[in-house]
Amino acid sequence: MQPFELIRPASVAEATAAFRGDAAFLAGGHTLIPAMKSGLRAVERLIDLGSVPGLAAIGVESDRLWIGAMARHAGVAGSPVVRSAIPGLARLAAGIGDPQVRARGTIGGSVANNDPAADYPAALLALDGIVETSRGTHAADDFFQGMFATALADGELITRIGLRLPDRFAYAKFPHPASRYALAGVAVARFADAVRVAVTGATTGVVRWQAAEAALAAGGPLPEALDHPDLAADLHADADYRAHLAGVMLRRAAAA
Amino acid sequence: MPEVIVNGQPRAADVLPHTLMVAWLRDGLGLTGTHIGCNTSQCGACNILLDGVPVKACTLLVAQAEGHEVTTIEGLAGADGQLHPMQEAFRAAHGLQCGFCTPGMVMAGIGIAMRHGPDVSAETVRHELEGNLCRCTGYQNIVAAIRAGARAMAAAGLIAETADAAL
Ligand SMILES: Cc1cc2nc3c(=O)[nH]c(=O)nc-3n(C[C@H](O)[C@H](O)[C@H](O)COP(=O)(O)OP(=O)(O)OC[C@H]3O[C@@H](n4cnc5c(N)ncnc54)[C@H](O)[C@@H]3O)c2cc1C
Ligand code: FES
Ligand code: FES
Repeated sequence: MQPFELIRPASVAEATAAFRGDAAFLAGGHTLIPAMKSGLRAVERLIDLGSVPGLAAIGVESDRLWIGAMARHAGVAGSPVVRSAIPGLARLAAGIGDPQVRARGTIGGSVANNDPAADYPAALLALDGIVETSRGTHAADDFFQGMFATALADGELITRIGLRLPDRFAYAKFPHPASRYALAGVAVARFADAVRVAVTGATTGVVRWQAAEAALAAGGPLPEALDHPDLAADLHADADYRAHLAGVMLRRAAAA
Repeated sequence: MPEVIVNGQPRAADVLPHTLMVAWLRDGLGLTGTHIGCNTSQCGACNILLDGVPVKACTLLVAQAEGHEVTTIEGLAGADGQLHPMQEAFRAAHGLQCGFCTPGMVMAGIGIAMRHGPDVSAETVRHELEGNLCRCTGYQNIVAAIRAGARAMAAAGLIAETADAAL
């Protein structure tokens, strides 16, 4: 790993002030450290958010569940607040990677990274999420911009994630048997006034699935497969397989 | 100088910021029981306990553990040499062959026992071993060892008789 200077800020303001040049924030490190070890990523300054107090708080405020950026996957999975507000989200967190990954990885890191097969981005899109940052807020619909791309500017730090409380929420994923990332994952959130459906893993970046939303809202037949111009295809699964798998996951999430 | 408490002893971490925990434990402190298998966060051979919770030491900077407690396989046995119940269960159930994955398996097993309690099912143990690879045993005896170890940990008062299953 290429050497770097490590900064341990005591507040969000110190963390963002320390961000200059070739810098990165470090959260759980379960994407960033492997990337730095393999030489995919090199930074001159690493700003460890682990030293900033208060970034892992979880609570309900009016119609939203708010989860601090540094809340670990295991913390979300085990949180009584999450389990009672959005139980399907606690189950989603309990299905990320393996127990050792869940002990370190964070929601902020997962959302900032926007891996096209990650789980949380689908939940944010379906739950009409808000990404609160050091500079303002982003609606989830505008935040995720395709494979590993987000609306975050350089040095913009995610502080917490707000999720609209649904009547029902479920997430179904077909995990890649080795990595546990989603080959296809579908999140279905039902609100009094809307149904929102999001797909991860099957496309080159997380997307809403409007045809499925319309079918669920109307109580009509669900689409058999995902019809999308940017289907993902690699050695693990071709595009047709992923499109079909998304249809299967949609049925599971809709029935849950 | 920053300190990490390793197996109960405060140790000065006189290392560069990019030093990985597994490298410091093995090369700096001579605690070679923590193994490097994949070095890509997949196999769990490097699992240690950080404040009592299993994590992958190949995916942790020493700096991230500053002021925290690290337990390695060398730190599990009592001062009198008596094995930790989970270690003893691996011995008794023949939960190892070459032994390369074993320190990480024991750590993962302790985590499973803490999260799921003494009555954890074989199915749950298999599911919870997603982050641990063994190339020798076929896992059968590892699963048996972890279940026996969980019961022994409860009998020794190290975990509660019931535990929360959702973590
Ligand atoms: C073996 C393994 C299996 C996994 N399986 C899954 C899986 O099944 N599903 C899944 O979704 N994920 C999976 N992951 C990824 C895991 O969830 C990561 O923890 C997550 O993607 C990144 O979170 P982190 O806290 O580790 O972030 P880091 O690795 O610390 O950071 C990731 C990126 O986000 C940036 N960042 C971090 N925090 C912030 C912030 N608050 N504001 C702005 N930028 C920030 C960093 O600078 C970096 O660019 C797996 C990882 C491993 C190693
Ligand atoms: S060496 Fe750390 S997970 Fe394989
Ligand atoms: S006993 Fe040889 S790798 Fe597990």
